[in-house]
Amino acid sequence: MARIASAIASRLVIIVPYAWLLFFFLIPFFIVFRISLSQTVIAMPPYTPVFDLAGGLSGILEGMREFSVDNYVWLTEDVLYFNAYVSSLIIAAVSTFLTFLIGYPIAYGMAQAPRSIRPTLLMLVILPFWTSFLIRVYAWIAILKPEGLLNQFLITIGVIDQPLIILNTNWAIYIGIVYSYLPFMVLPIYSALEKMDHTLTEAAQDLGCTPITAFWRVTFPLSLAGVVAGCLLVFIPAVGEFVIPDLLGGSETLMIGKTLWNEFNSNRDWPVSSAVATILLLILVLPIVYFQNVQAKADSEGR
Amino acid sequence: MAKWSRFNIVSVILGFGFLYLPIVLLVIFSFNESKLVTVWAGFSTRWYAQLWHNQSLLDAAWVTIRVALLSATCATVLGTLAALALVRYTRFRGRVLFSGMVYAPLVMPEVITGLSLLLLFVAVGLDRGFWTITLAHITFTMCFVAVVVQSRLLSFDQSIEEAALDLGATPVRTFFAITLPVIAPAVFSGWVLAFTLSLDDLVISSFTTGPGATTLPMKIYSQVRLGVTPEINAICTILIGVVAFGVLVASIVTKRRELQRERDERAAFAAIG
Repeated sequence: MARIASAIASRLVIIVPYAWLLFFFLIPFFIVFRISLSQTVIAMPPYTPVFDLAGGLSGILEGMREFSVDNYVWLTEDVLYFNAYVSSLIIAAVSTFLTFLIGYPIAYGMAQAPRSIRPTLLMLVILPFWTSFLIRVYAWIAILKPEGLLNQFLITIGVIDQPLIILNTNWAIYIGIVYSYLPFMVLPIYSALEKMDHTLTEAAQDLGCTPITAFWRVTFPLSLAGVVAGCLLVFIPAVGEFVIPDLLGGSETLMIGKTLWNEFNSNRDWPVSSAVATILLLILVLPIVYFQNVQAKADSEGR
Repeated sequence: MAKWSRFNIVSVILGFGFLYLPIVLLVIFSFNESKLVTVWAGFSTRWYAQLWHNQSLLDAAWVTIRVALLSATCATVLGTLAALALVRYTRFRGRVLFSGMVYAPLVMPEVITGLSLLLLFVAVGLDRGFWTITLAHITFTMCFVAVVVQSRLLSFDQSIEEAALDLGATPVRTFFAITLPVIAPAVFSGWVLAFTLSLDDLVISSFTTGPGATTLPMKIYSQVRLGVTPEINAICTILIGVVAFGVLVASIVTKRRELQRERDERAAFAAIG
């Protein structure tokens, strides 16, 4: 009896989270795709009904006949959407690169720190990640405003005499993304560098490498796995970012997350927002799958 | 041990300055007498006093806390199960899909998760509000719990589990008597992580909410759009304080329990040897 109970329990360990994620994570994407193929109507919910399961197979076939690709045609006709996708990808790529440039020296410095203070440093990098994203973005508004703290400071020390216009430009978005996602870049690079065997760089230097060549030929290649993981952790969510472009960006800033949000909340056009989301997902599918492989590989190595 | 060079010290200090300065400034200006958030006019706690009279804000805070407590607890159970499934069952049908579904939400843009969950709730005819926000939060936070617990399970000495099984304990009993106590610190930090992620979430909550359920981040967001005010700084400071306190307590508890366990294990091995 106990044996049967145990067998059931071990099945449940897999089945319960599996079923939950299937229902709440995977199936919703099919619904998004389905609704992206329906027509906008003024009703609640504002789209033509999804096929009626009560109608059985014939009901489903009936529903399929009403599929329309109008929303996708609409997306290709309006240059706004195309520009929004392209500019999201560019902004995310530039910000990821900037995050890498800033994050790597921090991670490297942490990995070189005396062993006794490393846990504290690690804690200090993780801590901002626990405080609200919204709050951290909000904090930058007061700093970047024309009459804000950064301009006050720069004018006081005499670097500039006219306030810099940063808020509501793409620069503010770069700063916001770099700031919000920095821990995601630092942590994987740090863990790759920390695991590294220091005798390797010592050997390289003994064999005549300068410290800089030793870094580029030994240390950096060995930390590449961390760099890739960090870049994916920053790039993928940044493409669909909403809060940062909305609060720090200007009215001309086009980012697809913001477009989707407006399409959904202001225009109440659910089918078009679904089409926008479907294409965004298609764009991100490759980097996401790549990220999953990197994660799965890291796990099997940890085994 | 290589020495900590000046370059490394400077980059760490600059990096941490960049990470913390905005938050510190926000906290400082929440105590500003003036209504302007960029000009210092003396110390005052009046913005905090004002918060207590803002009923809709207090209501939103209460909704947020209930959602966070409930969703973090469910997410911890589901996330721990998912971690066990990933680590202990290396072969089962659909494992690749399963691990994909655990990792994908970690990077999925929130607008996609939010929209897709909303459309699911509409499709199954669920009334939107407190419960739909909670279900949505369970879904995206359980994956973070799974990753945290998984990394602990990977460094777990399986021989003690095998010993319990050899001595006749059922797998279920082994889990509660051996595995759970060992991974408890990770499960606990997973809970804290899920709790704070739920507390902070704006985008997914906004998509999945309905009339009558407004969370604190939604409230803050709608006020931020009208401009920066010291009152928002005050709410944010309280939230930061709560989270920082929680994380600090969690890390101290985790550290203590891990040290205790290490000591116990060493004592046990000493007794055997």
